[in-house]
Amino acid sequence: MFDGNVNEKVIKTDIETESVDSCLDTYETVIGLEVHIELATKTKIFCSCDTSFGGAVNSHTCPVCTGMPGALPVLNKKVVEYAIALGCATNCEINKHCRFDRKNYFYPDNPQNYQISQLYAPICVNGNLVIETEDGEKTIGIHEMHMEEDAGKLIHDEQENMSYVDYNRSGVPLIEVVSEPDMRNAKEVIAYLEKLKMICQYLEISDCKLQEGSMRVDVNLSVRKCGSKRYGTRTEMKNLNSFRAITNAIENEAKRQIRLLENGEEVILETRRWDDIKMESYSMRSKEEAKDYRYFPEPDLVELALEDSLIDNIKEAQPEFADEKRERYIKDFELPEYDAKLLTESKIIAEYFEEVAALCGNPKKASNWFIGEVFRLLKDEQMEPEDIKFTPKYLADIINVVSEGKINLGNAKAVFEEVFRSNVEPLEYMKKHGLMMVSDTGAIEAAVNEVLAECANVVEDYYGGKDRAFGYLVGQVMKKMRGKGDPGKVNEILREKLER
Amino acid sequence: MDILNMSALELSKNIQSGAISVKEAVDAYISVIEEKDKDINTFINIDKEALYKRVDEVQAGIDSGKYAGKLVGVPIAIKDNICTKGIRTTCGSKMLENFVPTYNAFVVEKLEEAGLVIIGKTNMDEFAFGCTTEHSAFGATKNPVNTECVPGGSSGGSAAAVAAGMVPLALGSDTGGSVRQPASHCGVVGFKPSYGSVSRYGLVAFASSMDQIGPIGRNVEDVTALFDIIQGYDCKDSTCVKLEHRKKINVVGNEKCCDENILDELKEDISVDLCGNSKEDIDIDVDNTTNASEKIFTDKKSIEAARVNLNGKKIGIPEEYFKDGIDEEVKNKVLAVADELKKAGAEVEYFSLKLWEYVVPTYYIIACGEASSNLERFDGVKYGIRSENYSNLDEMYKLSRTKGFGEEVKRRIMLGTFVLSEGYYDDYYLKALKVRNLIKKEFDAAFEKYDMIISPVAPTTAPKLRSLEEDLSEEIKQPGFDTLKMYMSDVYTVASNLCGYPAISVPCGSECNMAKVSKEMNMPVGVQFIGKAFDDYKIINMAAAYEILRGEGE
Repeated sequence: MFDGNVNEKVIKTDIETESVDSCLDTYETVIGLEVHIELATKTKIFCSCDTSFGGAVNSHTCPVCTGMPGALPVLNKKVVEYAIALGCATNCEINKHCRFDRKNYFYPDNPQNYQISQLYAPICVNGNLVIETEDGEKTIGIHEMHMEEDAGKLIHDEQENMSYVDYNRSGVPLIEVVSEPDMRNAKEVIAYLEKLKMICQYLEISDCKLQEGSMRVDVNLSVRKCGSKRYGTRTEMKNLNSFRAITNAIENEAKRQIRLLENGEEVILETRRWDDIKMESYSMRSKEEAKDYRYFPEPDLVELALEDSLIDNIKEAQPEFADEKRERYIKDFELPEYDAKLLTESKIIAEYFEEVAALCGNPKKASNWFIGEVFRLLKDEQMEPEDIKFTPKYLADIINVVSEGKINLGNAKAVFEEVFRSNVEPLEYMKKHGLMMVSDTGAIEAAVNEVLAECANVVEDYYGGKDRAFGYLVGQVMKKMRGKGDPGKVNEILREKLER
Repeated sequence: MDILNMSALELSKNIQSGAISVKEAVDAYISVIEEKDKDINTFINIDKEALYKRVDEVQAGIDSGKYAGKLVGVPIAIKDNICTKGIRTTCGSKMLENFVPTYNAFVVEKLEEAGLVIIGKTNMDEFAFGCTTEHSAFGATKNPVNTECVPGGSSGGSAAAVAAGMVPLALGSDTGGSVRQPASHCGVVGFKPSYGSVSRYGLVAFASSMDQIGPIGRNVEDVTALFDIIQGYDCKDSTCVKLEHRKKINVVGNEKCCDENILDELKEDISVDLCGNSKEDIDIDVDNTTNASEKIFTDKKSIEAARVNLNGKKIGIPEEYFKDGIDEEVKNKVLAVADELKKAGAEVEYFSLKLWEYVVPTYYIIACGEASSNLERFDGVKYGIRSENYSNLDEMYKLSRTKGFGEEVKRRIMLGTFVLSEGYYDDYYLKALKVRNLIKKEFDAAFEKYDMIISPVAPTTAPKLRSLEEDLSEEIKQPGFDTLKMYMSDVYTVASNLCGYPAISVPCGSECNMAKVSKEMNMPVGVQFIGKAFDDYKIINMAAAYEILRGEGE
């Protein structure tokens, strides 16, 4: 914003685009990511202020997170535990003697004008994540992970020509995950991010929402001729607020760089800002004018001496992750891979599913209900898995009464909608609204008699040998009983009456 | 009763017994301040309304038996870089001339709990950068012994206030000698505790890895009583050490550093460590770590007790300290102390500190580096002065900081920014961190042999105020000369800060007694006792013992 944006015109003539498109295949795109993950701790990283979102401006602040003279940081242990948990889940080495460094730069959202981060001895190094690609599994290296504090937010008032600062976010803990330049296209990038997000959600350390900024992604991208071993000059892309924006920006930036190289120009080492509406990026600052952050060891915090027992305990407490769950569902529950994959994408869903499956004793049926009904309702209601509030037993009860033939599937689904929305007790609800099957012979006989009397011509067709007539009569009986007639009994009584 | 000539401890006894009211005590001192401070310029701010409210509060507390302790009701002055809730805290800078903290420093809370009465905030070199208290936006403080001289600094206001009899006790802060050196120049006792003994929470940071708040008083016993109150663990300062860990000595650095030819290693790549407290603790049996001071003070201050305390103690004197650049009179007085201790039964010997010449450069690189970062928060955005007439953000920063900071502050920010810059960090800052480790290794090795090290506090007695220097030679007039001279005068004090050691300055020449002051008298000289980390009470004890022997000698 104050970096003096240079409005760089993107060259876009048809001929050039064509010629670039024709040689796209001769280039390889190289991508590395810097992902900031906002941790779901209750308090900030260096003070005991509330981290929750949406408080009144500057209400979640204290002398520490507003950079008052004399205030000192004290590290939140939870942050270290979360960082270790993520490090363990991504096969990192945990640096038992990690420490913090100061990154110095002046900006009003940064109350001390330095950010407490880690440069020289980050907490996690040398890890990796395995992602699924079209060509099978691929391992993406993780260079390092470090802990740091978030900055506040600037609020600009154009009319007053004033800027205000809200320090509620100042000091909210972040983990920055720096990957190796191991990704080659947008699909791999999205797969990596989905995986990272899923791991964080399984660890319950962050909700990783791009739109809300609890996950922020900077894309470092360069291109090189296929077969070349040297990396090209990279750019760093910022302001990517959705997976769609990331995909667009990667494709656009790769083409932009190839176009430059094909035109005999050079790619400049710079930071660019993506505009997802214009579908273009702009130069924010080149590395030549980049700031010197004057990193040095933070003297207000001592070096950490992490004990093996702490790391071991965190390792032991790691949850069963999606991959393991998926394998187990396929093996133990005999679910198709498709089901297993969908059910394990969210830990909350997976846990719900497992509970329902255990209660009804039929994982496949439970899976059908989740994939069919739960997912549909979540989508219709625009809800997230964490918004689900129905009691697992209620869904198990519904599955059971359907199996027992006590309700038809259509009605059962309608009942579940009520359960999903307002967590009503389903069996009571079915009774109250008369949705259970009627197997009372008297009631069925009465309905059959009425239908036989009303449809004399169809009865004649039946006797005339038309098989379809029987089905029609059954339909009429069910209609009269509003679908609640026990189909077996209806068939039996109707056949009996007709044959008499 | 002669309130003004009582020790702080005596005063508190009389206040607690009801013989003197808190108001009488405060009134007595306020009248001294009103009489003398226009000449000496010790206080930046005295908020009388808040003061007398506090007087009533403390008196009521005493009457209802709320307080227990040795310094209940005693007036105290506080250096103006220690945050006081609702009371302006300027750091001697124009930048913070209107800054009112929203919270109390840990030590202020401790003083309030202990029933002391804060009289006011004392003058200092801006942000504690200096050793004369001339670099203050609120004018220079003068030495009460001789107002043509500086009081030393940067806690010059606090030392001068005690020396002038304006308060019985004061708090200063010591990053490179800022408590000990003004105490020495003013003829009072000043103590810099071990790094990690006293919480820094609420002390406006100069160099975070070396800052420590320290007490100043007329005698060792008063100073110890004040130290008892302010020391202790504080969870808000990560570098503050838990009491149970203080018995253990932190070994800073890497074993690799400690080889025969220590100087050659300056060129080698040695793993870096801050003077922090998180290193593996090595259990070393240390006696006298807890309130052992009790003993000598309760033994009726007898010569006998002092001799018992000193008998058989091993004391080292760094020979390099007495070679060049030291004033003959200072040298003689400090060495006379060594003789005195020897007579009392201590074993005194010279030893060599090879890294001596690296101490000042190492200190200034690290101190300025940290200071340049610590002072970044003064940007005109949140508090402090903001320049008008800026047209963009960068200009607002530049104009506000140009206007708010004095010359010496700007110089140190520039120095510190330079040593942390890309391309220079390795050669300056990182190297300084390594040398710091080596210096500590060398001192630690000395402490394996000696119970304490005895040294001068400053190479000279208090110099004349710069504004009064008439005979400025051509050499001195050159830009930077004075600054370098000033930095070099810290040579005896900065090592304790680099290594985190406790050190105390005790008068060993003309003891300050305002009744005896005359224009012709010599300026005071202090002797410094340095101990290993968390041997605070051990060196306090020895200082108390020396004080008793000195008293008898007169």
